Amino acid sequence: MQDSLNALVTTREKRMSETFPRATAEAKEELLKGFHPDYRAETFAALRIGPNAGDRTPRELALLLEADSTLPKMGTVPPGGLSPFSPAIDLSKPDYDCDVLIIGGGGAGCSAAIMADNAGAKVMIATKLRLGDANTMMAQGGIQAADKESDSPAIHYVDVMGGGHFGNTPDLVEALVSDAPEAIGWLEDLGAMFDKNPDGSMKTIHGGGTSRRRMHTARDYTGAEIMRTLRDEVRSRSDITLLEFSPAVELLTDASGEVTGAILQNLNLNRYSVVRAKVVIITTGGSGRLHYQGFPTSNHYGATGDGLVLAYRAGAHLAFIDTMQYHPTGAAYPQQILGLLVTEKVRSIGAQLVNSEGNQFIFPLETRDVVASAIIRECSLNKCVTTPTAVQAVWLDTPMIEIRRGPGTVKRELPAMVRQFGRHGIDIAKEPMLVYPTLHYQNGGVEITAECATNVKGLLVAGEASGGVHGRNRLMGNSLLDVIVFGRRAGIAAANVAKERTGDPQLGLTHVEHWRKDLQSKGLASEVKSPLLLPDYTRKAS
Amino acid sequence: MADSHLVDIHIMGERHRVPDSLTILQAFEYAGYKLVRGVGCRGGFCGACATVYRLPGDYHLKFALACQTKIEPDMQLAMIPFYPANRSTYRLSELKGEAKEVLDLYPEMLRCLGCNTCTKSCPQDIDVLGYVAAIVRGDLAAAADISFDCIMCGLCVSRCPAELVKHNAALLCRRIYGRNLAPKSEHLARRREEIGAGRFQADLAGLKKQPKDELKKRYAERDIEPGE
Repeated sequence: MQDSLNALVTTREKRMSETFPRATAEAKEELLKGFHPDYRAETFAALRIGPNAGDRTPRELALLLEADSTLPKMGTVPPGGLSPFSPAIDLSKPDYDCDVLIIGGGGAGCSAAIMADNAGAKVMIATKLRLGDANTMMAQGGIQAADKESDSPAIHYVDVMGGGHFGNTPDLVEALVSDAPEAIGWLEDLGAMFDKNPDGSMKTIHGGGTSRRRMHTARDYTGAEIMRTLRDEVRSRSDITLLEFSPAVELLTDASGEVTGAILQNLNLNRYSVVRAKVVIITTGGSGRLHYQGFPTSNHYGATGDGLVLAYRAGAHLAFIDTMQYHPTGAAYPQQILGLLVTEKVRSIGAQLVNSEGNQFIFPLETRDVVASAIIRECSLNKCVTTPTAVQAVWLDTPMIEIRRGPGTVKRELPAMVRQFGRHGIDIAKEPMLVYPTLHYQNGGVEITAECATNVKGLLVAGEASGGVHGRNRLMGNSLLDVIVFGRRAGIAAANVAKERTGDPQLGLTHVEHWRKDLQSKGLASEVKSPLLLPDYTRKAS
Repeated sequence: MADSHLVDIHIMGERHRVPDSLTILQAFEYAGYKLVRGVGCRGGFCGACATVYRLPGDYHLKFALACQTKIEPDMQLAMIPFYPANRSTYRLSELKGEAKEVLDLYPEMLRCLGCNTCTKSCPQDIDVLGYVAAIVRGDLAAAADISFDCIMCGLCVSRCPAELVKHNAALLCRRIYGRNLAPKSEHLARRREEIGAGRFQADLAGLKKQPKDELKKRYAERDIEPGE
């Protein structure tokens, strides 16, 4: 490690004036096929049941998508039991009634709640942990919007399509880029503070794969700033009902298969409750805590893919579930912060990626999938550093930032990173970081339209739980944008759907009964149950 | 973990032997706690895992985020996963955006004793007293700036002898600053108008119809704005 650090310091002066050439389309293709985890065929499985039967997805996700419901099995109910599943669940007497039930209290869920409330709908948010416990809170680097003279939604569109390898759903990309400036303005009206110049113009920077400097930032707490603003706005609206520590464990459907509510499980009391709703929005986020291929993750504790499981069981079609995002720069050292995010902003403001020999090996702001692949390649060529806990890593040369932009820059622009490493005695303004790709984002999810509708009536989806916006690779700053743009759209659409739906929705679980029969007939019945709700990191007794 | 030593820690008074390389959060889990409260983002951004502890031979109470702090031998620790905190009732859109409004909604801020215990208890090393003082003198820009990195864990609230819920007051300062006091962005307002008038619709409709190869070409040939 020390030899390599010496090499890094020695080459720094030369590298300061060196721009590593951008990769050609062919070179990128070769890197991805050779080294990106999405191309490790043996780590995927074809789904054997449900709307996506035959499609490939990581084994860990396949296991949960093909699993049984966590609800007590039929036939175990004592005579006179009130539902075919459990006497504790009485579908004839809903505990809550609302127009719009939002499952998941992150950035998308809160945005949806505010817009649906604006439209006069009776809104309820049910969330697994606390309101705002979400990947949105952890997003650091920024949020994209083409709001400057040199930029346009069309230029943004081409960047998004190229970043996603051109498979993205065009309608969704159009919505994302067209609504982006409005999203920024809306957040500002709600009181979010973006980094600005004294004249009020936005300080904007590049992200990987952007052709314009359109990344809006709030130091390196961009997601936290957005999330706490949205959370406070939700809390200030007394008409919104909020249930924390209450994840949905199953959707409810009527005889036609239309979604009509959900069953929640209070995690503190281990009690079920029944919610009847005219429309349900799933905003449960991603699934990094499934640790695909054994990768560490930058994700929130609650990112276990629950929404995908619920929607899939109710018949929703998923898209792009064979591709995950590995953020190039997860912390590899020290061990205590393994896999935590080192924001892309570090590279946006001037740090280079350097191998163990002190050389650059990739343009620092290629798209994430390409940079991650390049790091994995360097390690496969043994041009990496091995940490004291046997983790492979490359250098992220952070001292370059202040050489380039003056003393104080790191503390001003990256306070969260300074704290994160400072707590372990590392001053990133003076010492480089060690990084390796970390599981960061679920590129796909439930297939949606630009109005967040799915193929299941009564079910809308927004944010990371949806699929199609980002194709096979998301650009930095487009997930915060996604949760705001599509969260807002889902809220507006849901309020409209609720108005059109008259009469009390009928509550049933026939889709779960059918699912169980289907599992049986296909010989897939097993002990595995989902949704997972939380990962288990307790030490298994040895 | 192979090369780490085992040390004793005390979780709410109960002794556990754990590897010394762990964070406090990981030590809870190693000991067998499957947490629902006291855990959130695991990355230092959400404030769910506020923790207080003492070390042997030291009377000081110490403060940490469990996910961000390595254990020390013989730590006595407890999490404070929730701390009661009043939030004033307001709708930001109905406020005028004046400094006075923060003190109208949180008049107790004037009770600050200036003891600085809040600053000492902040796991983010924020100058909490500094922003409370800014609120008291009506400088919302300073209060917003100083408090910006607050993750609302509530440790400062738990320790305040004047019983102030300062993180909620700071949040209100930041929201008022962001909405009313920050200089307006003219290019953003212009772009919102242009989009409202449908200026880019035709461009996007055209792009959506492009065959993939055409789009690929356009992507490969795009001009890239220089960094700063």
